[in-house]
Amino acid sequence: MATTLTTGSDQVTGRGPRASRKGKAKGSERPNWLGALIAWVWLAIVIIPIYWIVVTSFKLQANYFGSNPLKPPTSLDWTNYKLVLDNDFVQYFVNSVLVTAGTLIPAVLISFMAAYAIVRGEGVFLRGTNSLFLMGLAIPLQATIIPVYLIIIRLHLYDTLLAMILPSIAFAIPLSVLVLSNFIRDVPKELFESMRVDGATEWGMLWRLAFPLTRPALVTVAIYNGLQVWNGFLLPLIMTTSPSKRTLPLAIWTFQGQYGVNVPAIAASVCLTTLPILALYIVGRRQLLSGLTAGFSK
Amino acid sequence: MAIPALVFFIAFGVVPLVGVLALSFARWDGIGAIHPAGFDSWHAVLTDPGLPHALWVTFEVMFFSWAVQTPASILIGVFLSGHQRYREFLAVLYFVPLLLSSAALAVTYKALLDPNFGLGPGLHFGLLTRDWLGSGGLAMGVIIFVVSWQFIPFHALIYQGGVRQIPASMYEAASLDGAGRVRQFFSITLPQLKYTVITSSTLMVVGSLTFFDLIYVLTAGGPGDSTRVLALDMYQQGFQANLMGPASAIAVIIVLVGLVLALVLRRLGGRGVESQLEGA
Repeated sequence: MATTLTTGSDQVTGRGPRASRKGKAKGSERPNWLGALIAWVWLAIVIIPIYWIVVTSFKLQANYFGSNPLKPPTSLDWTNYKLVLDNDFVQYFVNSVLVTAGTLIPAVLISFMAAYAIVRGEGVFLRGTNSLFLMGLAIPLQATIIPVYLIIIRLHLYDTLLAMILPSIAFAIPLSVLVLSNFIRDVPKELFESMRVDGATEWGMLWRLAFPLTRPALVTVAIYNGLQVWNGFLLPLIMTTSPSKRTLPLAIWTFQGQYGVNVPAIAASVCLTTLPILALYIVGRRQLLSGLTAGFSK
Repeated sequence: MAIPALVFFIAFGVVPLVGVLALSFARWDGIGAIHPAGFDSWHAVLTDPGLPHALWVTFEVMFFSWAVQTPASILIGVFLSGHQRYREFLAVLYFVPLLLSSAALAVTYKALLDPNFGLGPGLHFGLLTRDWLGSGGLAMGVIIFVVSWQFIPFHALIYQGGVRQIPASMYEAASLDGAGRVRQFFSITLPQLKYTVITSSTLMVVGSLTFFDLIYVLTAGGPGDSTRVLALDMYQQGFQANLMGPASAIAVIIVLVGLVLALVLRRLGGRGVESQLEGA
């Protein structure tokens, strides 16, 4: 077993350190009928619900009933989208962006600093810190939501965006530190040595050497945590009460409660909230996928 | 330099962990003052017939979602690690479910499976036209299906990475010995994927303890309490019935279950997710 951590990028692209060893994966000469069959069946299972939700979002409620649910609409009708946007979805979108950015930037930076210290430093304190973070991986942190709620109330932060941001940062730390420290470990020691000879401080090396060299890992960690936070439901549900603080996942749910039988409107709200992520996916698919597995493929 | 991360993690990770244990020995309605209450909450929770049921449902979700996802993820992962021309195209579409939030998914499936307005009645397709969320067994099936739909791509991705690390020479040697594809799969691929299976299973199992949003939006634990998992039980006791003491006791049980499972899986594999990730 190799001792380096796979970034994931070489699994998705087939390029990278292991590409040379990959050779022929399972019998590339003969078609793999069974695998192909399962793969195509699975594709249908994946696509039909997505297709249905998109098609439905362009139908009017009046002619939604009784129409063939899989038939594409004859014309694109934006009525449902207007309805959704009139329901403050812009505000929820802004909240989601603020909470996600407000979590990511500090979380990635402090995790990076901690990872650097753990890799480059010595001593009981840092080893203990590392063990503590590793323990955090095995514990479902959602189970600690009640004391977190109590802390947020005591800090007078209940029903603010910060009430979602602060716990999210903490929940993101264990995995981020782990992935980043694996990457910093791969930076050749000689580079640090030569910079030290040139009189660089640890702080200087952190930002001028380790930071640029671990950029792919930083992006990976940012994507993984970003998706977690963007799609998070439990924290907004518990930490906020006023509509002006809602994030998108919570908004979809309340919207469904209000517009129960207006399926096309609900479909439009789902499409609209997924659109930004989908756009990002189209732009940076490989980066996103390697970010998703965040180094789980060892 | 590690201080800021440590402070954050202690404040919102370690302190709440200790806090949840402390609160399970207290009485708190979520608003007012907190009073010590000894073992009252524990007594209430442990004698409640709802607890074994919630535990059972939690394990049901855990087991079935694992049993459905693992074989499918391995097969798809193995397939995607090949070199078919259209693999690239499939892969693009495969991973879309990963991008959706559980809330959006639950809302989508709720509409899709609606016995009056969903896909089934629209297509006049009797098989799909049922009150899917109206009976316990069916609702459980729907939850397992949606969970699988959402997470199979993620695990397939992990298995794809695992398969790509198997040296091609092993397959070449097996081919020379006249082993067919099926034989190769069972004699080489599966044994070589052992650690990948453990990593993926640990993520599935510990992750299944936190399936809250999906079940909450899809069934809210219903019909009756047939899909009320521990996490949902905790939420309903704490944030709906304002019984933070018993809710904290349930949270402690969730943490314990998670730790025990992680340790058991570690034993099985000889190493846990952490060491897997450390690249040991």
